[in-house]
Amino acid sequence: MSSGQIDLSRQGSDVGTVGDRVARYAFFSCALVTVLTTIAIVLVLVNGAVGFFRSATLYELLADTVGAGSLSGATDALRDGLMAQVTLGEFFFGTNWSPLIEPTSYGVWPLIWGTLVITVGSAVIALPVGTLTAIYLSEYADSRVRKTLKPVLEILAGIPTIVYGFFALSFITPIIQFFFPQTGTFNAASGAIVVGVMIIPMVSSISEDAMSSVPNSLRNAAYGLGATKFEVSTQVVLPASLSGILAAYVLAISRAIGETMAVVLAVGMLPQITTSPFEEMQTMTAYMVQVGISDVSVGSIQYQSLFAVGLTLFVMTFAMNVLSVLIRSRYREEYQ
Amino acid sequence: MSIDTDAGTAETTEFEFDGSAIERKRLYGKVFLGLCIAASMVGIVALIALLVDVLTEAWGWLTWEFLTYPPSQIAEHFDPENYGSLDTGPAGMYPAIVGSIYLIVLTAVFTLFLGVGAAIYLEEYAPDTEMTRFIEANITNLAGVPSIVYGLLGLAMFVRALQTGASLLAGALTLTLLILPIVIVQSQESLRAVPDSMRQASYGAGATKWQTIRDVVLPEAVPGIMTGIILSLSRAIGETAPILMVGAATSMFTPPSLTDPTGAFSAMPMQIFDWARLPDETFQHVAAAGIVVLLTILLLMNAVAIYIRNKYDRRG
Repeated sequence: MSSGQIDLSRQGSDVGTVGDRVARYAFFSCALVTVLTTIAIVLVLVNGAVGFFRSATLYELLADTVGAGSLSGATDALRDGLMAQVTLGEFFFGTNWSPLIEPTSYGVWPLIWGTLVITVGSAVIALPVGTLTAIYLSEYADSRVRKTLKPVLEILAGIPTIVYGFFALSFITPIIQFFFPQTGTFNAASGAIVVGVMIIPMVSSISEDAMSSVPNSLRNAAYGLGATKFEVSTQVVLPASLSGILAAYVLAISRAIGETMAVVLAVGMLPQITTSPFEEMQTMTAYMVQVGISDVSVGSIQYQSLFAVGLTLFVMTFAMNVLSVLIRSRYREEYQ
Repeated sequence: MSIDTDAGTAETTEFEFDGSAIERKRLYGKVFLGLCIAASMVGIVALIALLVDVLTEAWGWLTWEFLTYPPSQIAEHFDPENYGSLDTGPAGMYPAIVGSIYLIVLTAVFTLFLGVGAAIYLEEYAPDTEMTRFIEANITNLAGVPSIVYGLLGLAMFVRALQTGASLLAGALTLTLLILPIVIVQSQESLRAVPDSMRQASYGAGATKWQTIRDVVLPEAVPGIMTGIILSLSRAIGETAPILMVGAATSMFTPPSLTDPTGAFSAMPMQIFDWARLPDETFQHVAAAGIVVLLTILLLMNAVAIYIRNKYDRRG
């Protein structure tokens, strides 16, 4: 290169190059942490759950190969240890969950039932209330009302769930007991109400975003045809923003499924399948807390049951989250 | 009209104006608006009821001593009326407050590097490939994973596999992973809000990509990033389930030490949970007092975040 010419290529001479490359890889590894987190969650849950299920099959396999007769000579401890494990059939079809008290039984349905009752109950409250709030915010409210209402909803969304649990126990349950005296201290109704209140902001804020992005030309066209505000809201804006609203519903339901502390305090820790909302139940998350605060030893079947239940919970919420993404991309209306 | 009467019916023709239809529409509209307003009130009423409930339960139990003394197994020790007659001194939630603050400080340090780093990669470096889209979809999905599942992750990975024990470090790492998706998304938005012309000007002046990010993009995006991180931390400080699974202690009588992050710890939400589930009626007041302390700290964190947002918001 002759003198007087400037090297415009960054090769070699640029002082920033090394730093640039280091920075790039450092930032990339930060982003990679999120992928590793997902992998770690799946590995941890599957690994624990496999330990929970495996040994029962192991015992059957042993019995098959060496013959059940020779196995009866095995030490009692070994046999009990292997038999204490759980089969997939017992877990997914059993209707008795009694992991900590003898005789133990690991049918997960009572826990799924508890979770379902809370989820459906909270959805019945939060979906209509959240949608109507969103319509009010997006279509009716003037900016002054919006400026008060939206922060209130944000505060509701920011209150720790343990506080909601306390609120259910000290405020909602006494009110329910006043009207239905048979209600216990822990009951599903109180939990469903408080989880419903908790997820209202989620439904309303995502739905309102979807409604606000409906272009005004659509509204004006409907007004031009003589539609009333009610008709515009329910027959133009609502259908046009349906994908966003449905996605909000699914996300809110997913949140209700995974809700933990409020449900622990309000609904209690008694796994049972009952249709009465005034009785104590136990959700999947509440069971995990129950094991978490008790002194179970690592590697015991109770410890491993945490991961089996955790995996069930993770699969349910994961499916809901994927569903919400699909709804959004599939039915998305593009407005320019 | 004559046609109608001739036909012997009272029906209107399509050209006639029937006022009842529009009246009915107006009525529907009014009822619907009423429903909307009522629904909007649910949130406000719930918030007021919650705050009034907590404050009335906590009234008289929240004292200076409550903030500066360790907890007790006996509810009466928390009652200000008994303070004078106690050999042990009053009871409070001092170790849990200190534990929560340390937990959040550690979480803030981890989140700052990981969250902002990942956001910078995704906004400034990442090529538009399948891999990048996968990472972003994965972050969205992580944000929807229940917090108790993060607790299981922390329990199996940090407490057991990495042998941190039920420590401050394990709790902070678990909370970091929990809020990381939110921090990344919010930091990305702040970085995206930096006008591209500023980057181009920096390149034009001969700066490298890293120099541009460090000296031009980041200073511009810092207020937004800080706001996002503080708001996420205010979520982390109220989380109970993850630190419960990791093994936060329910009753610590001495505060944890920041110089020894592998020691046991308690935290405010864990302590509140411990009190709230006790059947003893008086512990409800103690739990409520704890909640007021927690909500006050949350309020302060949010106020700081809003202050930063308003101070640096150019549009405002």
